[in-house]
Order: sequence, then structure tokens, then C-alpha cells
Amino acid sequence: MLQMEEVTKSYRHRGQTVTALNGASVRISQGDFVAVVGPSGSGKSTLLLMLGGMLSPTSGRVLLEKQSLYELSSDQRARLRKQKVGFVFQTFNLVPYLSALENVQVPLYLAGKDKPQQERRATALLERVGLGDRLHHKPCELSVGQQQRVALARMLANDPAVILADEPTGNLDPETSQHVIRFFEEVNREGRTIVMVTHDPRAAERAKRTLRLTNGAIVSSTHERGDLHVA
Amino acid sequence: MNLRTLVWREIFERKNQLLTSFLAILLGITVIVSIKNISHYSELAVAREMDSLGANVLVLPKSATLQDYYAADMQGEVIPEEYVTQLALSDLEGLDNLSPKLSLPVELGDKTFTLTGILPKSEFQAKAAWQGAGIFSRPIGCGASVGMMGADDKKTLVRKRVIENLEEDEVLLGADVGAALGLKEGATITLLARSFKVTAVLPQTGTVDDSRIFAHLHTVQDLSGKGPVINAIEVIGCCQEISKGLVQKINQLLPQAKVVTITQIADAQIKINQLMSRLSMMFLVIIVLVGGASIANYMYANVFERRREIGTLMALGADSFLVLRIFLLKALVLGLVGGIGGYLLGTLLAVALGPRLAGVVVLPMPGLVLWAVGISAAIALIASYFPARHAARLDPCATFQET
Repeated sequence: MLQMEEVTKSYRHRGQTVTALNGASVRISQGDFVAVVGPSGSGKSTLLLMLGGMLSPTSGRVLLEKQSLYELSSDQRARLRKQKVGFVFQTFNLVPYLSALENVQVPLYLAGKDKPQQERRATALLERVGLGDRLHHKPCELSVGQQQRVALARMLANDPAVILADEPTGNLDPETSQHVIRFFEEVNREGRTIVMVTHDPRAAERAKRTLRLTNGAIVSSTHERGDLHVA
Repeated sequence: MNLRTLVWREIFERKNQLLTSFLAILLGITVIVSIKNISHYSELAVAREMDSLGANVLVLPKSATLQDYYAADMQGEVIPEEYVTQLALSDLEGLDNLSPKLSLPVELGDKTFTLTGILPKSEFQAKAAWQGAGIFSRPIGCGASVGMMGADDKKTLVRKRVIENLEEDEVLLGADVGAALGLKEGATITLLARSFKVTAVLPQTGTVDDSRIFAHLHTVQDLSGKGPVINAIEVIGCCQEISKGLVQKINQLLPQAKVVTITQIADAQIKINQLMSRLSMMFLVIIVLVGGASIANYMYANVFERRREIGTLMALGADSFLVLRIFLLKALVLGLVGGIGGYLLGTLLAVALGPRLAGVVVLPMPGLVLWAVGISAAIALIASYFPARHAARLDPCATFQET
């Protein structure tokens, strides 16, 4: 499903070369639920952005369903993302001037769905995350937990095969974090592949596998099921 | 959800930030529309004035100064009436009509008016020599704004500067004279110890002619005691001939006289119109620079403020063209609203201030709305293009790293 082959990412910062990822190779099968852990600056977010086709590697290849992402143009990668990838962020990144319903409609609009289809699908997803009575509330009118639930509904809008989550419980209280992780387990059971960057050990242990990064290198992994190759 | 909703919601969410740019373009367009509207009607007024003056060439004494066309014959200096004969007998082409005048102040009912002597058309026709030379046998109306044939009504003097008949004991009263003295057609008045019959009270013209009393030229010459002299000759010249140098030819024929055209008389107004036209261009340049810079500055700030939102949209699958369109559509909305608002405000200002600034009645010009909206939208789009392109090229991952 997702594959990284000898991926290195380095860039210049104040005259020095910084290596964010150093020859990382990993294969993630369909339906896997992978937690990516490690200290700050270890390359977790870089790995996630590369898997999402938003950050090109200095060397190596990233493949999504055998398609080499960075051999495509950025607009082709954007098209692939809206078809197959759902993103969720630590700070939710909801559009502040749109209602909950409209926020969930955005990826549907980008995928070319008409307005009635958008509204039906967005309403169903918000009801699924328990926000059927908050459709027309703006993000500032919702609690933090509710905002993350809107982000989860938006994540599922185009029925993605892959979900990339960047610290999805980082801003949440323990109880809400549990709800979010349960939700991830639920959508994982539907067959979606999940890669979740997290600092939260309790969230990480709920994943099927854990990748540990240090200084841009994948140094260890634990796994119950699926293949894992560490280079 | 669609592109329009995305743009519209953002505009209303952050309308205060947009206000400065909107005001810059609104006020710029307002000023240009006002100036264009007023100068258009001012130019029309000049054209109308030239048309209503009828005569378009004046022959005056050399030393005469000219402030007001209608008062051209009231400056005291004189030229011989002989000049009229010289002009009539000349072979100059393009002389459609001649109207010599002599004026002198008279007292009537404790008030001072101007008694102006004019020569009726019948006098010209009575002179065999003139008839032979035939200025009236020449084809007329070759471009002159008014003709003079068939002018039976004495009130045509107001517009056509000539009348058919006027007896030596008849007078015509300007509208103000008639009103001030309560005189009507058929009344009798005494001027410089001579009795006259009022044959008509002329309609209001809004010029010094309203305070005049018109009598036969030769009667006024007798009353003045100056002999066969006149103050001015009004000439209806053929426009084409004027442009071919009629004025210079009259000057050569009458070297002791001063020959001017109405273009020169209306010069001040024409200069004001040219000034307004230049002002309009100057404001156009200012609005392009200031309005454009203000919009570009706002758009860059807007892109910077929204970089996380743009990154999120890109993560959700938006391509760079969609991001470009989001910002350009916003610019287009700004331009359209600024253009329409500027047109409405500018038209209101022009209608309200036109009579005070230019002394003309100004009416709305619907055609200007297209011009205003076109300029405004073009400025907004051009100024926003580079910020929009910058947004479309944003690196989405840079927005994530801030989280």
C-alpha cells in the first residue's frame, strides 16, 4: 500500500546541512495501523508529509499503491491525495469561517461532488462522530474535542484508503483522546490504512505496529501483524 | 460548497481588513467618474453655447478687450460701418451673415440700460451693391450653426443674431428690461428724447442681452452723434472656411480691426475642460499606483495570514490553480464592488457638485459604469496576481511545521 525506499531528506539551515530523514525504508500493508513515535525533531512529521506526497525526498522513492509519488507533478499528487488520502492534524486545521458542515464539504467539493451529494455525505459523517446537532456551528463555537471530531469527519469525506494523522490526540484531554483512538480503530477495521504520528504512548500502544525514529532513522519497530522492513 | 462560497465567506469573515483596499479603489473610481461626468457635460455646454451664439467670428476695434461674447460691442471703441460694406463686397468665401452693432448707455425709468443698434436683414437687401455682391445670394448653411433665412419673428434675434425687419422708430426689449419696467409689446417709450414703439419683448437668454434695448443701427448712430460707426460686427462664418483661415483673410482685409473666433472666446472653458481631462488622467495614474499597491499589499498580507488554511486545502487535495482562483475571484469581487460603488458615488457627486464647480447641469452617464468597473476590476486583478501566484506556489508542509 505505502512504501518508502531508502528515503533521505536533507536541507540547508543557517549554512548547515540538516538531515531530517536518513535512508529510511518501510513498507506498510493495506489495513495496517502504524504509530510513528520518537523525540521531537526525529523526522516523524517529515515521514508523514512524504507519505502524503507533500514533501519531496532528497533521494529515494515513496510509493502509494505502486505509484511513485514524486515522479508525479504537484497537481497530480494533489489529485491522488483527494482520492486516496485523508489527513488529520494536531491543531485540526479547520477553516475558521466555515461551519462544521461546510468544513466537511470542502474535500467533497474538491473531489467534484455536487452540492446535494456534499450535504448528504457531510451530514452523515458528522452524525457518525456525534455532531448531528452542531452542523452549522463554526469552529470557534465548538469545544476542542468537537473540533477534532469535525476534523475526523472531514478526514473520511472521500472515503480514503489511507489516513495520515499528525499527533491527533496532542491537544486533547485523556478521555477525548480515547474517543479519537477508538474512532481510528473503528475506521481501521473498515480496512483503511492508518499512519499516526504521536507522542502519546497510550495512543501508540493501540496501533498494530510502532515505528520508532531517532535522528531521521527508523531505529526499531514492534509489530503484531503485517510486514515491516527497517533499514 | 463551491469556490464562490469559499471566497464569499472569507470576505465577510475578514471584511474589516479588506476595508482599506476597498476604500482606496472606491474613492479613486469615485473621483475619476465625477471628473469624467462633469467634464463631459461641461464640454456639451460649451458646444451648446457656441451653437446658441450663432455668430462665430467677431470683428472688433483693435484696442478692444474681450471678456464676454455678448458684451463684445459694449467697450466704447468703434470701427467704421464701412467695414461691413468692405466685407460684403469682398470675395471672401464662407461669410454667411453679418450683423453690425453699436451700443450706448441710456436711462429709462431711473435705470440704465444698453441701447444697441442692429441692422435688419432688409437693409442689406435694399442695398443694390450688396445685393449684387450678393452675400445673401451665396449658398448658406455650409456648416454654420444657425441659418438666417425665413426669420419672420422678431424674437429670432435671440438665437439667430439677425432679424428681417426693424423700422427706425421701433425697439425690441430684452427680457429683464421688459420685466423691470413692466413694458409689453405695443407700449411706447422715450429714449434720448425720441419716442419708440416696443414691437417685441425678447425671451430670457441668461446673457447681457436681457438688459438691452435693440433699435435700428442708423437710429442709434444718430442718437450717439458719432456718425456711421459701429462697435462690432458679428459674422456667421462657415465652419469649414474658418478652419481654412477665414479669420486671417478678414484680418488682411481689415488690418485696423481685431478678428476673433468663438473658439478663442470659449477658450477659458475649453482650457478648464482640458484641465479636468488631465486631472482625470492624473487620478487614473494615482489610483493605479495607490489603489493597486494597497490591494497588492492587502493580498500579500492575506496570503501570509491564510498560509495554514491554504496548506490544509492543499493537503485535502486542492491544486495550485484552485488556490490561484480563490485569490483572483476575491480580487474580482473587490474590483466589481469598488467599480460599481465608485460609479454610483462619483455620479452622485458629479450631479450634486457639477452645477457649483462647472456651472453646468450634470446628469448620470450609464455608459461610465462599464468603464469604472472595467478599470477597477483590471487594477484589482493585476495587483492581486502575484500574491495569488505566491499562494498557489506555497509549500504546504511549511504550514504544518508550525503546528
